[in-house]
Amino acid sequence: MVSRTTPGGGGAVAVPGAHPRQRPRLWLLDFYGTAVGKKAVMAITGIVGLGFVLVHMLGNLKIYTGEQHLNDYGEYLREIGSPIIPETGTLWLLRAILIVAVLIHVHAAWSLTQMNRRARPTGYQGPRRFVAADYASRTMRWTGVLLALFIVFHLFDLTWGPANPNFTRGEPYHNLVESLSRGWVAAIYIVANLLLGLHLYHGAWSLFQSLGWNNPRFNLWRRYFAIAFAAVVVAGNLSIPIAIVSGAVD
Amino acid sequence: MTLNLTLKVWRQDGPRDAGRFETYEANAVSEDISFLELLDVVNEDLVAQNREPIAFDHDCREGICGMCGVMINGQPHGPLRGTTTCQLHLRHFKDGDTVVVEPWRAAAFPIIRDLVVNRTAFDRIVMAGGYVTAPTGAAQDANNIPVPKANADLAMDAAACIGCGACVAACPNGAAQLFTSAKVAHLGLLPQGQPERWSRVNAMVQRMEEHFGSCTNHRECEAACPKEISIDFIARLNRDYLKAQFKDRRQLLRATDVASEE
Ligand code: FES
Repeated sequence: MVSRTTPGGGGAVAVPGAHPRQRPRLWLLDFYGTAVGKKAVMAITGIVGLGFVLVHMLGNLKIYTGEQHLNDYGEYLREIGSPIIPETGTLWLLRAILIVAVLIHVHAAWSLTQMNRRARPTGYQGPRRFVAADYASRTMRWTGVLLALFIVFHLFDLTWGPANPNFTRGEPYHNLVESLSRGWVAAIYIVANLLLGLHLYHGAWSLFQSLGWNNPRFNLWRRYFAIAFAAVVVAGNLSIPIAIVSGAVD
Repeated sequence: MTLNLTLKVWRQDGPRDAGRFETYEANAVSEDISFLELLDVVNEDLVAQNREPIAFDHDCREGICGMCGVMINGQPHGPLRGTTTCQLHLRHFKDGDTVVVEPWRAAAFPIIRDLVVNRTAFDRIVMAGGYVTAPTGAAQDANNIPVPKANADLAMDAAACIGCGACVAACPNGAAQLFTSAKVAHLGLLPQGQPERWSRVNAMVQRMEEHFGSCTNHRECEAACPKEISIDFIARLNRDYLKAQFKDRRQLLRATDVASEE
């Protein structure tokens, strides 16, 4: 076996079931190559996602202040930073950050899932009783996959239009009401937001652990934060399909 | 008080055998005996019938060696919090209960026979850095190296780990984060552990990931740990690992070597 006397030695000893890693090249890639590193990256990209869903929800609420206001807000998003930054420049920068964050988040999740499957190729043959792992934490990868599918539908529905029978570019209020007055679409949005809530409930707490943000003074608040964050975002978002279907907004 | 239990025990003749559950009746056993003693009773029956006894690991039978871990009704070390299998008494079961007993399941813990698994992977993590390299000689005078009481207590909490593997067994991902974080923390909290703090965490995390899954913060390990080691140590491990990326001189030196080679 290994007869090394200093910590930090590589030790390329072949052991059955072991997956030795390659020599480092680029530090950041090497860091991302470890699972602890991937989890830190998932936490950071998750924070980007949290920021996005919160702002997105707040923007959505403008539906309650009238058609003009929401459409103006949509227009404003294209003009942030103008005239120093060209039209839609900031918007595309934000979109690029978001897209990259989502892609990395998904890749890390996928590759950690593979690693975890390898770590237990044969599962328990008897029934397993969980005492701490909650429903949200155990369904993260499924809520994640379903949310990704929903996002694709959502883009086709309200950004690009093909999934929306009466789509008019540049008129988000009209498009929103047209789309969500279809009962089944409203149902999809409601279910997707409940899934988002589950994903946020675990993610917004878990990110603190992954980044090592742990302190007895605020540990309890990490859970409160996750609950409040998930509840606020989901409640804000859910109110919209409900308002449209019930006719409170039209 | 005595009780009757039906045991469904995983039997596997060797590492390559497929294995299966076998059912045994344990009748009129005292509620004051431990779970291992229950297995002893069943084994005496089996031996009397000239059948192969159930192989299970044990040593101290007082909750300090970490040998006796098995899954009992889908929970590592059974239903009682902060308790090893050897310290679990039958009074925590009800008369007529069916109890399912199964070995740890993890690629890094191959089954040797029945309920016995090989936990060498844990030793390999410790070999990667779970020690201090300086020869320490005889014990020092007590107050030679000042250690704040709070740090000493926390280091003791981490050092309470008996390496039983319940954290890995409990983890839906088969991750060894709680074990590794405890080993990293009990040295990292003390002055003697400081010189190698950053290279240690790098080396031990790397070794851990060669064998185990990744932590996704289910918290199942903390609930299963017979020593009730907190996942705060996992956060500490993550924080130390992030810092080590900038502070581990050994790794930084290697980085400059690689750069000057090219
Ligand atoms: S036999 Fe030593 S801890 Fe159970």
